[in-house]
Amino acid sequence: MNFKEKAKAIRRSTIETIGSLGVGHIGGSLSIVDVLVVLYYKHMNIDPANPKMPGRDRLIISKGHSGPALYAVLADKGYFDKSWLLTLNRPHTSLPSHCDMNLTPGVDMTTGSLGQGFSCAVGVAKASKIVKDHAIIYTIIGDGESQEGQIWEAGMFAGNAKLNNLIAFTDNNHAQIDGFTADINCVDPLSKKWKAFGWNVIEISDGNDPDQIDTAIIKAKTSRSKPTMIILNTIKGKGVSFIEKAGYANHNMPLSQDQVAMALKELE
Amino acid sequence: MMYETMEMRQVFANELDKAMAKNKRICLIDADLCKANGRASLDAKYPKRAFNVGVAEANMISIAAGMSSYGMIPFVATFTPFATRRVCDQIAISCLYAQQNVKIIGSDPGLTAEYNGGTHMSVEDIGVIRSIPNIVIFEPVDNTQLVKAFPQILKYVGTMYIRMFRKVPTPVFKDNYHFDMFSADIIETGKDVTIIASGIMVSAALEASKILKKANINAEIINAHTIKPIDINTILASVQKTKAVVTCENHNIIGGLYSAVAEALSANDPFPMEAIGIKDRFGQVGKLNFLLPEYEMTPEDIVKAVIKVLDRKR
Repeated sequence: MNFKEKAKAIRRSTIETIGSLGVGHIGGSLSIVDVLVVLYYKHMNIDPANPKMPGRDRLIISKGHSGPALYAVLADKGYFDKSWLLTLNRPHTSLPSHCDMNLTPGVDMTTGSLGQGFSCAVGVAKASKIVKDHAIIYTIIGDGESQEGQIWEAGMFAGNAKLNNLIAFTDNNHAQIDGFTADINCVDPLSKKWKAFGWNVIEISDGNDPDQIDTAIIKAKTSRSKPTMIILNTIKGKGVSFIEKAGYANHNMPLSQDQVAMALKELE
Repeated sequence: MMYETMEMRQVFANELDKAMAKNKRICLIDADLCKANGRASLDAKYPKRAFNVGVAEANMISIAAGMSSYGMIPFVATFTPFATRRVCDQIAISCLYAQQNVKIIGSDPGLTAEYNGGTHMSVEDIGVIRSIPNIVIFEPVDNTQLVKAFPQILKYVGTMYIRMFRKVPTPVFKDNYHFDMFSADIIETGKDVTIIASGIMVSAALEASKILKKANINAEIINAHTIKPIDINTILASVQKTKAVVTCENHNIIGGLYSAVAEALSANDPFPMEAIGIKDRFGQVGKLNFLLPEYEMTPEDIVKAVIKVLDRKR
């Protein structure tokens, strides 16, 4: 698998999905494309023909507004037809802005109210330990989301419960709706915080580099008694220069058809 | 039956213990109140499935939702205010919106928190969560009803809030009582007024009924043990006969039983109503023998409300 080419294709698909509506959560979708690609095309034990397969690995995107990136991956994996992507947020769609396990095949938890999905992932990891099915539970939180108290409630419990079947990622893209995270309410130092909460921590300098992500996941799987937090230092809007340049304004931004064409050209 | 001397928390713990022994999917999550709620023995007996997240109620609710998504049947338990108003968003999104099967146990409802006072007295718990779509709200009256309800609590797939008195409840129901989660119970029949009561107020309503009989007023006493969905059929049939209603609840009269009954009747066939309950005030410290008169929730207060509503009868 050429992760980089696949990531480009998923980014194109994400742009087309949001572009079909003209507005959406572009920044935080594009920043997690690389981790999604490494998970779905290498690590996760899943079966797109059987989305509810017992004992499968799971991914809970706690920063639920990144749904469009996940939908691009799920469509490419064959969970549903690619034509669904153009129904994003249209009336009675199966692909809403925020992830919904009851609407979209392949989505493992309904998320969107920040902080909650992370606790849900901890509950899922706990349940997997109880039934001893050896599944690996992956979850992605945001750096802005890490301002939620519930993230730290869940983190403290997961560390104490020694949930080594839980592999979490922080999409540390340094921006949130109202500005840069450092200016609003700085969450640093994330590595030290997660270590103090009893987690195995791996920090990746380029969180958009699939090879670094792959290496980190391989290492995380060997953790014997701790959950792992992989801190991905990412770029919000990664892959399209005018979206990256928009900075925190790309959290939920409009996309004209000209901009869609420009973005797709850059991603060729 | 020994239920008459048992605290409801112990009856609940016993029923849960039996269920957990039979069904390995049933889990229990506490937030530092497992000892207060009589469940410490379950943590020891089922160390994997019964666990404590510490003082972190929001985390507890969402962890439960995650476990439910894995096919488990999680019970979560804490005091009523921390099981509802503190975690309203987690109940709404992680549980109901995500269509999970979580059983939320709140103990010490309303004034029954006694010496824990206003911070721990949920005058608003039903009101806060009743507007969350699809939630079921059940308030057991006595131990017999709780035991009979337990299999139906387990069988129901969806998120349910069980508003549970913690101490020894006044027995109301007999062993031969037939319970249905979604049907209100007519405890006494009468023709002059319908008194609809929940929780600890059922025994107060029965006391009021005795006083009323001396004045030749025959009240029909209904236990609305399930406040959502409210059993409009049973209530409507009674009220169309008596043409007057008094509701009795250990909760703010805004958002709870009075509101639920008024909403249902006004959409069908409205009649004069009076409300016994906490009249938009916060709680305060005290034993029930001080608090119930203070909040005008005694059998004598119910009698006064009946006389008032009979005056308003058309």
